[in-house]
Amino acid sequence: MSQTKSSKPSAVQTTGHAWDGDIQEFNNPLPSWWLWAFYATVVFAVVYWVFYPAWPIASSYTKGVMNDITFLDSNGNRKTTHWNTRSALLRDLQEGKTAVLSRDYLDKVAAASYMEILGDPEMMAFTRSMAKGIFGDNCAPCHGSGGAGVIGLFPNLADDDWLWGGSVEDIQATLENGHLGFMPAFGEVFDDAQLDDIASYVLSLSGHAVDAAASERGKAIFQTNEGGCYYCHTHEATGLKSQGAANLTDQIWTIADVNGAADLEGKKERVKQVIANGVQRRMPAWSDRLSAAQIKLLTVYVHELGGGQ
Amino acid sequence: MIKHESIETNAALLVILTLIVVSIGGLVEIVPLFYIDDTVEDVEGVRPYTALELRGRDIYQREGCYLCHSQMIRPFRDELLRYGHYSLAAESQYDHPFQWGSKRTGPDLARVGGKYSNEWHVAHLRNPRSVVPQSIMPNYPWLLQTDLDYSDVQDRMRALKATGVPYSETQEEYDANVVEFGVAAADQLDILHAEENLMQQALTENYDGQRARVTEMDALVAYLQVLGTMVDFSKYDEGYFADFR
Repeated sequence: MSQTKSSKPSAVQTTGHAWDGDIQEFNNPLPSWWLWAFYATVVFAVVYWVFYPAWPIASSYTKGVMNDITFLDSNGNRKTTHWNTRSALLRDLQEGKTAVLSRDYLDKVAAASYMEILGDPEMMAFTRSMAKGIFGDNCAPCHGSGGAGVIGLFPNLADDDWLWGGSVEDIQATLENGHLGFMPAFGEVFDDAQLDDIASYVLSLSGHAVDAAASERGKAIFQTNEGGCYYCHTHEATGLKSQGAANLTDQIWTIADVNGAADLEGKKERVKQVIANGVQRRMPAWSDRLSAAQIKLLTVYVHELGGGQ
Repeated sequence: MIKHESIETNAALLVILTLIVVSIGGLVEIVPLFYIDDTVEDVEGVRPYTALELRGRDIYQREGCYLCHSQMIRPFRDELLRYGHYSLAAESQYDHPFQWGSKRTGPDLARVGGKYSNEWHVAHLRNPRSVVPQSIMPNYPWLLQTDLDYSDVQDRMRALKATGVPYSETQEEYDANVVEFGVAAADQLDILHAEENLMQQALTENYDGQRARVTEMDALVAYLQVLGTMVDFSKYDEGYFADFR
């Protein structure tokens, strides 16, 4: 390539044509390593035709020889097919290295009760490593990779506050069936002053120093059928688990970002917005998407994230 | 025997021979798929998109979602773990053009339907980093602000009908759809009622969380929420799909 006419005048052929008087083009043969590599791919293709599905013939195709795949179908019957990626996947899921390595543990976890898993360091180590991946693929987009959630949208799983219950049974039910977290919008039921009163009462429940008179007026709405807030939040305002209603007496806020507000007015405004606009949050059901074993692993993982109940 | 040199020095001949060589590849690899019996799996549940989902699909293409998101889960263990069951040819039989893709800057979306809530999709499309801090996806805030233009949805359905998608215009076509897809789906595939069906679905489901309006967000989320949900895989033995390959 770097050769010039003057340094090697007659070593290689040229195309025999000169442009602009003296520009000529070499006509070198292909490098032999390239040519042999090309022939090798041709040989590879012919071998491939023999062993793998290749050529279309009428409404079918050549299936390949000496390359059958045997796997177990859903009923446990042995089934043998010609080589194809779908059968290869099933074989990989049943006999592959990862499948074989994790099967003993998976069987053990699937057979064990939650108490046994939580008390066994070896099973817990396996659960953490398997469930971390499942959580990352399926749960993290909403709840965050660490489970911290997004205030106003997705609950924090990493704290010890559980809207729908924090026992392993509750968490499993939540994963399997999903939830619809719903609070009606009161913006058109109450006027601004009344919303202000209710927000004051709600903040007083968690120890905020709000206007006492406003809080009393708000209490009258909250604790009676006028507002009916106690239906879900209960008279004690600790929240009804079956409704996923929030505990209003602690410092944990999942919808209104009260802790993010600078002053009391800001906190009240945020609570007011939630009362006025209501809440609608849906947790999808996972029983169709994840296997029973995967849900079990996730249950233990999520339970541990929040130091569950 | 044509000499190498005579091909290389004759542009017209070079073009013709190149076309012949390239078209052999296409003919051998693509054409047989149209007459090999097993190409499209025999499964229940796959139906054409409703009018609203169809407009959502148009927006998906308009915004170039396919440039970063594939809709093709391959039959590998890691893809199964991350995305779910591998895609079937039957599942994209009414897609024109199909959205399989091969570029995954973002995750595959073939089974994103039902995986997240509508609220998640709205928050995520408006600003992906509000829910996934490490995301590099652009913001699409205008989807929530732009009213959906569905004035030409009937024409869009007719165009797809011309390519073989069974949207119905006559009573016979409607009756055929009832047999094939059931009454509820057949109603949605009726071109003559497309606009009212679209409004109905958008207002009932309220995908975008804004009751009073039908926005482009409604359409796109409706489309995303149906992706990969039409086939009930619990009804089939895993070995069944291997029989089609």
